[in-house]
Amino acid sequence: MPVWQSLFGEMKDHGFTVLAVAMDQPETARPWIEAAAVTYPCLIDRDHHLADLYNMVNVPQAVWIDEEGRIVRPPETAGSMDAFRAMDRKTFTIPDEAMAERNRVKTRYFDAVRDWVLRGSGSVHAMNATRAAKKLKLPDATTAEAHARFHLGRYLLREGRETEAQAQMAEASRLHPDSWAMWRQAAAKDTRGLASGPEFWKRVDALGSRYYYPPAEIDDMT
Amino acid sequence: MITVLHEQRETRLPDAIAHGDDLWLDHAAIEQATGWSWKAEGLCHGEVCVPLPSAHAGKFARGGRLNLAAMWRHSGQPVVHDAASGVWVLGSGAAQRSAALATLQAPDFTLPDLDGHLRSLSSYRGHKIFLATWASW
Repeated sequence: MPVWQSLFGEMKDHGFTVLAVAMDQPETARPWIEAAAVTYPCLIDRDHHLADLYNMVNVPQAVWIDEEGRIVRPPETAGSMDAFRAMDRKTFTIPDEAMAERNRVKTRYFDAVRDWVLRGSGSVHAMNATRAAKKLKLPDATTAEAHARFHLGRYLLREGRETEAQAQMAEASRLHPDSWAMWRQAAAKDTRGLASGPEFWKRVDALGSRYYYPPAEIDDMT
Repeated sequence: MITVLHEQRETRLPDAIAHGDDLWLDHAAIEQATGWSWKAEGLCHGEVCVPLPSAHAGKFARGGRLNLAAMWRHSGQPVVHDAASGVWVLGSGAAQRSAALATLQAPDFTLPDLDGHLRSLSSYRGHKIFLATWASW
């Protein structure tokens, strides 16, 4: 969030806003928002409605939307990369070179956002309709059912029906295994509120050569 | 008591009748729960009408009620429910979601901030928007 805050501070006078959406409960999102002292709008999406609407599968993902409400970059990883997979799982340290690569990817992504804010459709990072449509990932019927089950699960959890709720969310995850958001929201959390126990790592390892954070494919600037 | 969840609507319907995978609602309840209207032409929203399948009319409409769950599935959209609590989700179909995304017009949504104030994506029209997700987990 600090990087979003500095982006917003720097670019808000150029007809730009960050619109952050927490796929989260208000009570668990609140401490993060307050600690970061954000000034951009921050919305709460407890049932992951946005993930259903935009076919999103993880956080952070971002969509770039122009002044006319047109998608100029479909949902993609917002500056993160898989450096955490190189973590030493005993010491929780990430090798220096992986950290350096992580910072490079992040800088490159947010420089691309700045370029778009300043140059609009003249930016190489703003996709024309053909390219954006090609990049767009569309949901299938199984994914649509997964979202319906996840929604039901979230509602049942609020109603205190824990067992039925977990069953619906587990089925949602089974139907839509690419969604880390569905899996992590429902998973057991550690004392820091993170779903990053052995089950998480097992799932990460099962990715093999596939990405946890698929790269955003940022072109070189001209 | 039946509760119907559709998009962000949560509607309690005391007069709805649920039986197995069928959910029977009258005109007013359909409108209230989904924003769709049951008309002579079929199930309608704006300019769009989905006609009732004529071959099995009784399976879809009977005694002033429409089997909304059956109609929903008929239009290729997911319906899931928890029988014990009477909670039904009328989800949005892959074709409907895909068609909306393929226009490249960013689908609008309304969500609360931490203070419960509702905000819509469309209220930022005229700005470049970096719409970004995050979570504590």
